[in-house]
Amino acid sequence: MIVPYSWLKQYVDIDIPAEQLQERLFSCGFEVEELTYLGKDVTNVVVGRILSVKKHPDADRLTVCSVDCGSYGVKQICTAATNVFAGALVPCALDGATVLHEGGIQKIKTGKLRGERSEGMFCSGEELGINDDFYQGAEVNGILILAEDTPVGADIRPVVGIDDWLFDIAVTANRPDCQCILGIAREAAAVLNKPLRMPALDYTAAKTDVVIPVEVRDSALCPRYMGHYIADVRICTSPQWLRRRLALCGLRSVSNIVDITNYVLLEMGQPMHAFDRNFLRGDRIVVRRAAAGERIVTLDKKEFTLTPENLLICDGERGVALAGIMGGLNSEIQPHTTEVFFEAAKFARDNVRRSSRALGQRSDSSARYEKGVDAYTTERALDRALHLVQELGCGTVTNYRADVCACDFTPKTIETSFSQLNGLLGVEVPREETCAILRRLLFTVQERGDALTVTVPLWREDVDGWPDLAEEVIRMYGYEHVGSTFLQNAAVTRGGLNGAQRQEARFKNVLVREGFSEACTYSFYAPAEFDLFRLPADAPERAAIPLRNPISENLSVMRTFLMPSMLANIVRNVRRGNAEGRLFEVANVYLAKALPLAELPEERKTLSLGLWGEGDFFDLKGAIEALAEAFSLRLTFARAERPYLHPGATAEIRLGERVVGCLGELHPAIAEELALERRVYLAELDYAALARRFAADITYHNPPKFESVRRDLAVVVEERVTCAEMEACIRRACKAVTGAELFDVYRNAAAIGAGKKSMAFRLTFTPDDKGPLTPEAVEKLFGKIVDALKKTVGAELR
Amino acid sequence: MDQEKELFGGPDTESIAEQALGEAEQAADSRALYEVKMKFLGRMGIVIALMKKMREIAPEERPAFGKRVNALRARLEQAFDKMEARIRAREMAARLAREQLDVTMPGRHGRAGALHPVTRVKNQLIDIFSGMGFEIYEGPEIESDYYNFTALNTPDDHPARDMQDTFYITDHILLRTQTSAGQIRVMEQKKPPIKILSPGRVFRSDDDATHSPMFHQMEGLVVDRGITLCDLKGMLDEFARTMFSATSKTRLRPSYFPFTEPSVEVDVSCASCGGKGCSLCKGTGWIEVLGAGMVNRRVLENCGIDPDVYTGFAFGMGIERIAMLKYGINNIKLLTENDTRFLEQFRD
Repeated sequence: MIVPYSWLKQYVDIDIPAEQLQERLFSCGFEVEELTYLGKDVTNVVVGRILSVKKHPDADRLTVCSVDCGSYGVKQICTAATNVFAGALVPCALDGATVLHEGGIQKIKTGKLRGERSEGMFCSGEELGINDDFYQGAEVNGILILAEDTPVGADIRPVVGIDDWLFDIAVTANRPDCQCILGIAREAAAVLNKPLRMPALDYTAAKTDVVIPVEVRDSALCPRYMGHYIADVRICTSPQWLRRRLALCGLRSVSNIVDITNYVLLEMGQPMHAFDRNFLRGDRIVVRRAAAGERIVTLDKKEFTLTPENLLICDGERGVALAGIMGGLNSEIQPHTTEVFFEAAKFARDNVRRSSRALGQRSDSSARYEKGVDAYTTERALDRALHLVQELGCGTVTNYRADVCACDFTPKTIETSFSQLNGLLGVEVPREETCAILRRLLFTVQERGDALTVTVPLWREDVDGWPDLAEEVIRMYGYEHVGSTFLQNAAVTRGGLNGAQRQEARFKNVLVREGFSEACTYSFYAPAEFDLFRLPADAPERAAIPLRNPISENLSVMRTFLMPSMLANIVRNVRRGNAEGRLFEVANVYLAKALPLAELPEERKTLSLGLWGEGDFFDLKGAIEALAEAFSLRLTFARAERPYLHPGATAEIRLGERVVGCLGELHPAIAEELALERRVYLAELDYAALARRFAADITYHNPPKFESVRRDLAVVVEERVTCAEMEACIRRACKAVTGAELFDVYRNAAAIGAGKKSMAFRLTFTPDDKGPLTPEAVEKLFGKIVDALKKTVGAELR
Repeated sequence: MDQEKELFGGPDTESIAEQALGEAEQAADSRALYEVKMKFLGRMGIVIALMKKMREIAPEERPAFGKRVNALRARLEQAFDKMEARIRAREMAARLAREQLDVTMPGRHGRAGALHPVTRVKNQLIDIFSGMGFEIYEGPEIESDYYNFTALNTPDDHPARDMQDTFYITDHILLRTQTSAGQIRVMEQKKPPIKILSPGRVFRSDDDATHSPMFHQMEGLVVDRGITLCDLKGMLDEFARTMFSATSKTRLRPSYFPFTEPSVEVDVSCASCGGKGCSLCKGTGWIEVLGAGMVNRRVLENCGIDPDVYTGFAFGMGIERIAMLKYGINNIKLLTENDTRFLEQFRD
């Protein structure tokens, strides 16, 4: 929120520089996000009186002026402006001055214009960064002509109202009462320990017979509706001081009546609206929910079709304003308006927010209502507006006021104690300090020994318990008083990761050791990924949970499997020239029991692996085997198919009977589509399923008493026979075999026949503890294995 | 030899010695020397053969004979040892001369990968707070609005719901916007004393140069008897010292969160300039690191914990933000792009 320093000073006598006030506000919870000196770009510009004007000898369009700049002396200035004349008071940018020019800053230097010396420049309003609201005449085409009573030689900034600071203050959501200048003034007065001057609220009311009854049909959505009738209205422009204040806050002046509503909004935070009474049909106001399909055209000439969710201000016949959002075009203040009905109301903030969002219509008014307006201020703000009507002389304030109020104005009272407040803070704030702070914030305080009874100001709807008071005290007393203690009173607890969390950390470390780096990708992606992955229409992966308000289509559904994100990582890496790499991610996939979602979905922790450039299927498989080894998991691999993987290079991974994942080479068709030249390998495993079977700890076995014996076995088999089948056969045939590692595959049609391959295994025979294995015994076992292989898979010893 | 024996009544040890030493001199390497040694001193060697002849000679000559053979044997052994030492030294020198590595050639090792910087920082935070007695809890990422908002004292019409841009799935199911959602789940299950750390993914519909629609938070919660704001400050001081630098300080300033009262923003003194002011801290000497506060009474009540008996504090920080501060990462997008040139810098 923008707070001009000059305006703030109307309520509090502040005698410190703006930068210091910024720090004090910061210390009590009001961060000034930006502090701007309005005149920072206009320097060395003074008021000058033009003494003489003569034609430039060598340029038709230029005039040469002699200008009295007071203590700066008399200067000669050439100008192309046509509105200057002898005797005029004008802003003169002297040598070395800066002014605004086309969005930038222009430096002025003494120089020669067509041979004539020019010791500066006359300024337009635009060059000073002002419009008519700051200074009347600022928008004329040409040089700004100043008022006759302006002192010659004076700095131009105070003259045109830019010798001022703007505080852009971030007000936290709990303090809607500070969404106005007066609210910040209350805080400033409290933190600086200065008295607060309230704006004048008094007015004299003239008697009237006019009655404009107000009926509120939904007091939940409109807890208070006040109206006041103004007669004999004369619409004209507002005085300069008011226009300037609106301008400082970024609002353009419209007319006196409209300006007053805006002024009160800025000053007291109460949105107001002014109806032209003559357009209020039936001379009444009805506040009700809109009928379905009812229409209204707002001030900005936009038409809206409404629903009963929208609160509508109506006259006897039709809608005249979208409650809290914007007035209707049909009852707008006109230049010839003579009677006005002021509205000041409290509307429910969530209803204003929903209507505003649903209709896509926002305004300064709706922004305030969304934050919350208190009903106490409603009345003060209306009084303030009436005072201004009288002060500005723009109409006759009558005695007709409507006030439909469902609010309770019994102030909240909080019973607490000094020790309770200090106990939460852990700080011993002196009692008198506590009381003084609360009183400065306009709480009423009664003390009885340690006990405290505190009455909350009606505009402080955020305060409803003693911890709020503790906060009020400490933010004013100062957070620097909060010392450091270490859980003096707390019980000792045992912390750290639990077993499952430790296992997960270890799981990731195994992958890191295998050369995989951890990736982190968004939990949502594009539904188009399912098409890229060639998933059929009924694939379970397509049952992804959609976001109702995604950032874009590309981030619109929750992941049902991780591979698309992994592939996107790989594509990005390859395009950036990272020719090879290994990545993994452990993250949740989200599996809905039914769509649309009726209950929270299953979040299943999942592992995805990606490998590209260097390495192949078996490197990726090796990493999975390393995991299996580290956690004593018996994984088995079997040929399988997935629509997105190479049909000849895809394996399904099982843990017991359960399929826990798959791995394989990215389908070449997808690789081609993505212009991936080198092969990409992907794997995905159900981490949650694996984790349920992780060995809790290492199972120790004594080392065998007798040494193991190694023998190599090479056999020729049909091409279709798999390594796993052979290994299973070997292990079944001989219990003493503790290792059977394939170390060579050889194909040679001439030597071993077409469609055949030689498979060489390194067998490890480990004897039991009864005695060592003799060469003869090994020979016997070896023979058994060869026989079994022959019988089961038709293997021939090479 | 038979002739010698006959002539002198004993072996000609001198010529045997000469022959042996001569052959040994010819040995080119230790292997050849060994062969010579075996020829004379081995089990079937010439000298042992002489010894065996003792029985064939007259008993009175045996002592002298034995003495000479033993002398021969001792002499040869000594000579061979010497020669062997010489040859081995020569061979070692030759080997060493031969085996000259270019030690500047690259070494070989399997390249390990790296944990993501967010995981690294998360692990470090867990380390810090585990030691203080915190357990770790991970709540669901898809949450009900009750846990994410309502129970955290943020009812439907509360303006704080607008502070965060929430991704909705249905009217009442959403992507959690804060790990604070886990607070309630923990307090419903567990009674004080509670010390919980809750890390995880959170989501906000915000996507620009400094915001990511998904990031990680770490929430801390302590509930017990007599917990004070000073206890919060003490714990955060300790955190800042361990996470950033031994001289780090913290500063509290008032703020607002619906679920804490009082609420504070916590700044940590800028580790880059030591608090003097630099570009990182925009000249203020302080860097905003986390939000915190004393647990709101309503939140405790919502979980069935008596707020007149127990108080507590909570704090929450963005893990990405800590990681960016710690490593000087200047763009949050780098953390989800997964460029291996970025990730691999975080190798252990």
